[in-house]
Amino acid sequence: MITRAEVAVVACAELFRGDGEIVVSPMGFVPALGARLARLTFEPDLLMSDGEAFLLANTTGEPVVEGWQPFRKMLDTVVPRGKRHVVMGANQVDRHGNQNISAIGDHAQPKKQLLGMRGGPGNTVNHRTSYWVPRHSKRVFVDEVDIVSGVGFTRAREAKQRFHDVHRVVTNLGVLDFGGEDHAPRLLSAHPGVAVEDIVAATSFPLDIGKTIESRLPTGEELRLLREVLDPKSLRDREFPT
Amino acid sequence: MADKRMTADEVVAELADGMTIGIGGWGSRRKPMALVRAILRSSLKDLTVVSYGGPDVGLLASAAKIRRLVFGFVTLDSIPFDPWFNRVREAGEIEVTEYDEGVLGTGLSAAAQRLPFLPTRAGLGSDVVKFNPGLRTVRSPYEDGEELLAVPALDLDVALIHLNRADARGNAQYLGPDPYFDELFALAARRSFVSVEKIVDTAELTAEGPVQSLLLSRAHVDGVCETPRGAHFTTAAPDYGRDERFQRHYAESAKDLEAWPRFADRFLSGDEDHYQAEVGKFSEAS
Repeated sequence: MITRAEVAVVACAELFRGDGEIVVSPMGFVPALGARLARLTFEPDLLMSDGEAFLLANTTGEPVVEGWQPFRKMLDTVVPRGKRHVVMGANQVDRHGNQNISAIGDHAQPKKQLLGMRGGPGNTVNHRTSYWVPRHSKRVFVDEVDIVSGVGFTRAREAKQRFHDVHRVVTNLGVLDFGGEDHAPRLLSAHPGVAVEDIVAATSFPLDIGKTIESRLPTGEELRLLREVLDPKSLRDREFPT
Repeated sequence: MADKRMTADEVVAELADGMTIGIGGWGSRRKPMALVRAILRSSLKDLTVVSYGGPDVGLLASAAKIRRLVFGFVTLDSIPFDPWFNRVREAGEIEVTEYDEGVLGTGLSAAAQRLPFLPTRAGLGSDVVKFNPGLRTVRSPYEDGEELLAVPALDLDVALIHLNRADARGNAQYLGPDPYFDELFALAARRSFVSVEKIVDTAELTAEGPVQSLLLSRAHVDGVCETPRGAHFTTAAPDYGRDERFQRHYAESAKDLEAWPRFADRFLSGDEDHYQAEVGKFSEAS
């Protein structure tokens, strides 16, 4: 039986379709699995780091270093040059595509301090950015984020940001983007076994469901790679409590 | 020929209340923890700390040393949040200048180059601008006319950095995979102090690593301090990795105000030798 975790990994892999020879930075286990799956199948030229300073040429087996990408190089040149696609987490995402990983509540004295802005502001005005939300809920998908870390469409337009490119949001329930009229949020797909109305009910803002389809199932080869090569211990299931 | 060797306490004696202090490393990676612990033992207060934050920020916050933090994030890496940083933020006890991590580097670059500011796109459209109302934009004087964020120079009074090796004159070397922003911290500061795992003869520096690993030249280093395991419990690869078990113990203690005094008494009440001896006992007890 194909699990929802496996569908979500494939949805993450699909984020990178067409990216070609650029650096991908998937934050989190499921996005990283997706990136590795994409590189082993339909996007063989992606560049990926080991999470530290090395770019690794191979996706499996003994690591072969093909490049050096320390944090300062990342921020000084890789991000501004724009040949990168990052998948960040998000504590909040709103109807404009703004993302918050900084803090919940009032910035001067937050109810809950989170990581801080991290690279959200710089990533979103420089290159393609996607988000991964392991628990799709109204607490995450809010009308307006408390703090704007990752820049959404309205803010980007006001600030005339020509490299702004928020791509998609993959969740445990489905896949969203902001490709509706005037960047309205759309539900691109619902994972198999998830009702569209349940996703709508778990989202604070309206979702365009006019063209919602079912998320693509893994191919036989993708399932083999995922189950036998990339994640034989099925750690992907940890993010999908039953 | 200047011999710049100092003890950690002598470094801290050079600091003063209210100073702006940059701390090298990244998250829970290669932090000058022995120097941070020396600050904890001092009476210093009201510091403005500039950091790619890790447990350096948490520990300084635990002792109420920080008036203002200039940061892009605070994390223990393998543990997402530092409990002490979150506590003082949620209590509203420190002021913050919150930047994007790239903007922080741009501010350090401006200071390192003695420029008043450097332009970047990072920050525009985000709440970095909203929460730092002193930030200004600048328009490109060329045909494009693009409006950019003018990140003001992050001038530091002092930089504190931990590297792997140095000679007594202050030529300092990293042997791990990543130099982080340590060079910029040193260049952005009026004075910089470097702790290292080992002080060696100059000739040994290039015997142990490639010449590109000589990150700081002595022109930018005012004091060198030998502190074996001085980055503990953060990484100082290849000399040692992060002490994950100890970091968990720190985080669990920091989360619980009743447990914290036991941690502080055991590990932070004595000098660095006392700290390292207690860490040794803690590791043996595993």
